[in-house]
Amino acid sequence: MALLLVQTLNGLQLGIILFLISAGLTLVFGVMNFVNLAHGAQYMVGAYLAAWLIGLTGNFWLGLALTLPATLAFGLALEALIYRHLYNRDPLDQILATFGLILFIDEGVKTIWGAEPISVDTPAALAGGVALMPGLLYPIYRLALIGAGLAVAALLYLIVNHTRVGMRVRAGASNSAMISALGIDIGRLFLIVFGLGATLAGLAGALVAPILSVEPGMGDSVLILVFVVIVIGGVGSIRGAFLGALLVGLIDTLGRAFGPALLDLAMNPSAASQTGRSLTPMLIYLLMAGVLFVRPSGLFPVKR
Amino acid sequence: MKRCLSVLTALAALAFPGGASAEGKVKIGMIVTLSGPPAVLGGQIRDGFALAVKKLGGKLGGLDADIVVVDDQLKPDIAVTKVKGLLERDHVDFVVGPVFSNILQAIEKPVTASSAFLISPNAGTSNFAGKQCNANFFVTSYQNDQVHEVLGKYAQDKGYKSAFLLAPNYQAGRDALDGFKKQFKGRIADEVYTPLGQLDFSAELAKIAADKPDAVFTFMPGGMGVNLVKQYAQAGLKTIPFLSAFTTDESTLPAQKDAAVGDLGGANWAPDMDNPQSKAFVAAYEAAYGAVPATYAMQAYDTAMLIDSAIRTAGGKLSDRDALRAALKKGDFVSLRGGFKFSTNHYPIQDFYLTKVAKRADGKYETEIVERVFKDYGDSYAKDCPLK
Repeated sequence: MALLLVQTLNGLQLGIILFLISAGLTLVFGVMNFVNLAHGAQYMVGAYLAAWLIGLTGNFWLGLALTLPATLAFGLALEALIYRHLYNRDPLDQILATFGLILFIDEGVKTIWGAEPISVDTPAALAGGVALMPGLLYPIYRLALIGAGLAVAALLYLIVNHTRVGMRVRAGASNSAMISALGIDIGRLFLIVFGLGATLAGLAGALVAPILSVEPGMGDSVLILVFVVIVIGGVGSIRGAFLGALLVGLIDTLGRAFGPALLDLAMNPSAASQTGRSLTPMLIYLLMAGVLFVRPSGLFPVKR
Repeated sequence: MKRCLSVLTALAALAFPGGASAEGKVKIGMIVTLSGPPAVLGGQIRDGFALAVKKLGGKLGGLDADIVVVDDQLKPDIAVTKVKGLLERDHVDFVVGPVFSNILQAIEKPVTASSAFLISPNAGTSNFAGKQCNANFFVTSYQNDQVHEVLGKYAQDKGYKSAFLLAPNYQAGRDALDGFKKQFKGRIADEVYTPLGQLDFSAELAKIAADKPDAVFTFMPGGMGVNLVKQYAQAGLKTIPFLSAFTTDESTLPAQKDAAVGDLGGANWAPDMDNPQSKAFVAAYEAAYGAVPATYAMQAYDTAMLIDSAIRTAGGKLSDRDALRAALKKGDFVSLRGGFKFSTNHYPIQDFYLTKVAKRADGKYETEIVERVFKDYGDSYAKDCPLK
């Protein structure tokens, strides 16, 4: 029972991280119709900037506070220099250009910070752990991370559903040509959406820095999961991204933890361990295929 | 640009007729991984080799050494193209590399079929140790299984009743667990394979805590290992002995820091090895590159020393391949690990040690030798090798 609780927390925590990254990407994708493969690289830059700024200031909280404007500035610089010129281009051009950007940014961080993985210490206030099950300390930092992610999700919900800017963003996701015709500066709206997405990705990078190693290419593996989340949740939908992320996080973690044990009941142990090993990494893709079969535009599609 | 280059190459060829056969000069082609996170390992090999050549006054066996370093990008197809460039354009006498076993599988044939020798300073797969061994292929590191066997033997000798095994789900991961199980006969509490590149191990750690094994054995190279070791410590699991191979070494310790202290590993050498040549090497490496050398750098240094000794024994005549091969086979150089000799399959026979991560007085981290686990240990595949 305690093991189930711990694994559920693990799944939630993975889901929260995925949500922070996918919330920005789904908005950019939905509102601007722009495929930004380099979003994962922006998450990585967030982690590097956090590691660098925390090291520089010697204070986790100050470093974290400085990371957010820094990643925002980095994102806006990318927007002004590169993305802006791609909005009206073919999706294939966007994919090629942003894929090239991934390679460029990966090499860039390696040149600046080196290829060795970098680690960040957990802030002293959140160090240590609680014994949720015998023999295992659950790090307080991870619990705090879940709390912080939920708070950000609530804040986003308020902004998107109960403010004027949020209303425009939602309208943009439904029909951007129409709101442009109604006299809203679509360029400025794009910039706000993009800035929000970049900051959220940077925040996710900064938050994982103390638990994961910061290394070149760390954004590439997470990008695939994030696209799965967006496809499951429905492109352009924050609510979809939130539930999709939690679903992917929980299914992936619980599948890894209990899948082989469940298979044990049905077949002999060595066959179960073999099947479990190959089946569990596939679970989330099976989930995605299932969702697409029943609801081709995701669980919470934006109305068009 | 391309035309311009080829004109230059043609001019260069005119200026230096004969390429490799130019007397008084030896050409080394080095192929290692220098991009992506594993670039740290390739960098150690490049630097370790360069340090040896520098110590020898820029010469190998009395001949001026000309070293061309290329990056295989950890992609077998690119590695083959680059190796062909080294052989056909640069006419190298020796190819030194690679870091990774899958690259070795790709480049072994093109190099050994040419007029150059292939010397691997790290990768040592089982197939080239057994039936597919080759007269022109030498390994200065170890046969891959041996490092895992060290930990299996230690766990067995220590009397551990059960072990929890954890590895990434790819060939080297499965080989690692098989190597461990070759020596460890106790109960396997669980055998978990994670996707390659997984960075969060919280689900596996909870499983370890639930299973309560006597020891954990893992093979998690690179960033995966950094994360696993940190999270293992954060989860308060350090009371269970943590045995690992290629998970805590000098390339990952700068990121793992205190979380790794006390973790056990297996190796053919450690920076605290007690002999004068090794001490001088570690001091010189740290002074030149500001990092503690790992076994990768040590093996690269030994590779340079091996080539130096072979050319000297063969009287500096690179064209006499048989004499050069016989001289390489002798392994007549002072190894940083003390004793060194080649088995019939051109893989080393050497001692293996249990190592432990420690923090040095100067604040840096290194692995240190705890005890010798195997003495003059050769690999079990040599008997299938037709070479005499």
